[in-house]
Amino acid sequence: MYSEILLEHFRNPRNMGRMEKPDGVGKVGNPACGDVMHIYIKVGKNSSGEEIIEDIKFETFGCAAAIGTSSMVTELAKGKTLEEAEKISKEDVAEAVGGLPPIKMHCSLLATKGLRKAIEDYRRKKGDAGEGGEDSGDSQEG
Amino acid sequence: MRAYLDYASTTPLDERVLEAMLPWLREHYANPTGIYSLCQKAKQAVEGAREKVAELVGASAQEIVFTSSGTEACNLAIKGYALANRRRGRRIVVSAVEHMAVLEACRAMESQGFSVSVAGVDEHGCVTPEKLEQALDRDTLLVAVQLANNEIGTVQEIKELAEIAHEHGAAFFCDACIANGSIPIDVEKLDVELLAISAHKMYGPKGAGALYIAKGTRVEPLLHGGGQEHGYRSGTENVPAIVGFGRACEIAAEEMEEEAERLRRMRDEMVRRVMSEVEDVRLNGHPERRLPGNANFAFAYIEGESLVLELDFAGVSVSTGSACTSPTLEPSHVLTAIGLSRAQAHGSLRVTLGRFTTQEEVEHFLSVLPGVVERLRRISPFKRGGEGYV
Repeated sequence: MYSEILLEHFRNPRNMGRMEKPDGVGKVGNPACGDVMHIYIKVGKNSSGEEIIEDIKFETFGCAAAIGTSSMVTELAKGKTLEEAEKISKEDVAEAVGGLPPIKMHCSLLATKGLRKAIEDYRRKKGDAGEGGEDSGDSQEG
Repeated sequence: MRAYLDYASTTPLDERVLEAMLPWLREHYANPTGIYSLCQKAKQAVEGAREKVAELVGASAQEIVFTSSGTEACNLAIKGYALANRRRGRRIVVSAVEHMAVLEACRAMESQGFSVSVAGVDEHGCVTPEKLEQALDRDTLLVAVQLANNEIGTVQEIKELAEIAHEHGAAFFCDACIANGSIPIDVEKLDVELLAISAHKMYGPKGAGALYIAKGTRVEPLLHGGGQEHGYRSGTENVPAIVGFGRACEIAAEEMEEEAERLRRMRDEMVRRVMSEVEDVRLNGHPERRLPGNANFAFAYIEGESLVLELDFAGVSVSTGSACTSPTLEPSHVLTAIGLSRAQAHGSLRVTLGRFTTQEEVEHFLSVLPGVVERLRRISPFKRGGEGYV
């Protein structure tokens, strides 16, 4: 049913756990549907000054496919620029885990959604923080 | 070590059953329908098995029809009864916790002009007389309630429910596939018109089931052909499987009582230890009125398919009612019917013991379970006292 790669990731998940003070968080899924993923990212810069995913972690409630694809998406995203990470598709994840049973394809979709939401969350916070910074500056002046 | 704790799924074939079957697979291949001596011998073997099956459930041999499975027996009961008695009513009442073989057979009759009403269950999975009364009406021709549930093991008060059905002029079908061989059955005492049983749930072979059809009950056959099984089920008899079924019933009659006591003790102790060694776990089903080998747990914050796979890696074979193992991605209808949230149902684990279960197997399960649950809880975003899990 599951590939060796997926089972290996299920049994030895990479980047598993909660992150202290993440720069972005993506929460997707619903416990009623049987899978929930939380993706946490820390954003840094590479030598060319582009924003990259410096660190990434996940927590997942779900089946082996949900846990395995969560682990795989963190591996695929780590070190990538935000633009590259956003482009990781559900097919990329499914292919990287050595294929998924058709009924489990939504798990790989959930993993990529979680990642995109975390990046979105980072950008939103960054935007807010930028404005917030100016605001606080203003208030200090006042 | 491998601990097989999934007896409700299927049971291993008892060696004694295999021994009884072998001659009918090897040398005695003749067709029971023929008139020469080899055929008559096969015919006698089938009839001998019929008597043993009948005896275990308190029926007479003529009231037993062999089928290819419990599913076929359930289909024959529901569809066969409905089609033969459509003038008596057009409604079928089923409990919310029936096996898919019953629920889907009923659903299939909707296209034949029948309607289906569902009687709910209480938090232990029991169909109460009140709930059955609510679902019944004057147009009801058949009521179907299982003797015991295959997931949570709850045993129903069939006699009481059958009485209510009869008061409303409806016949009663009891799916006893998972119960047969584990607890005593007497069709006279239960007062049911139809009762389905299966060989592979009681140490017999796969490919054999039977339907008890009380004398005077009209049932339309589903399979037409050579007119075997008194016309109720055409098709050459599966002689080796039927012989095995008979032998399995014979053994059950001899050993059931003692075996049930052994299983109940082993199961109760297992449940006690699971509940004390793992946090945030509940036992699903009735605290006492349940099959002796059945335990069904819901572990909070984690999902059952990953639990089953982890346990499999650790050498334990068990099953779950989680959606992630079902082709429809829906969690068990039984667990949601007894009031579990869908998330809780996803975290269910069924552990069923049987004739060949040893204390060592149970110990092995108990030794690996807490670690496996703990590992999955570390991966899960839901924690004790945390938010988001319902």
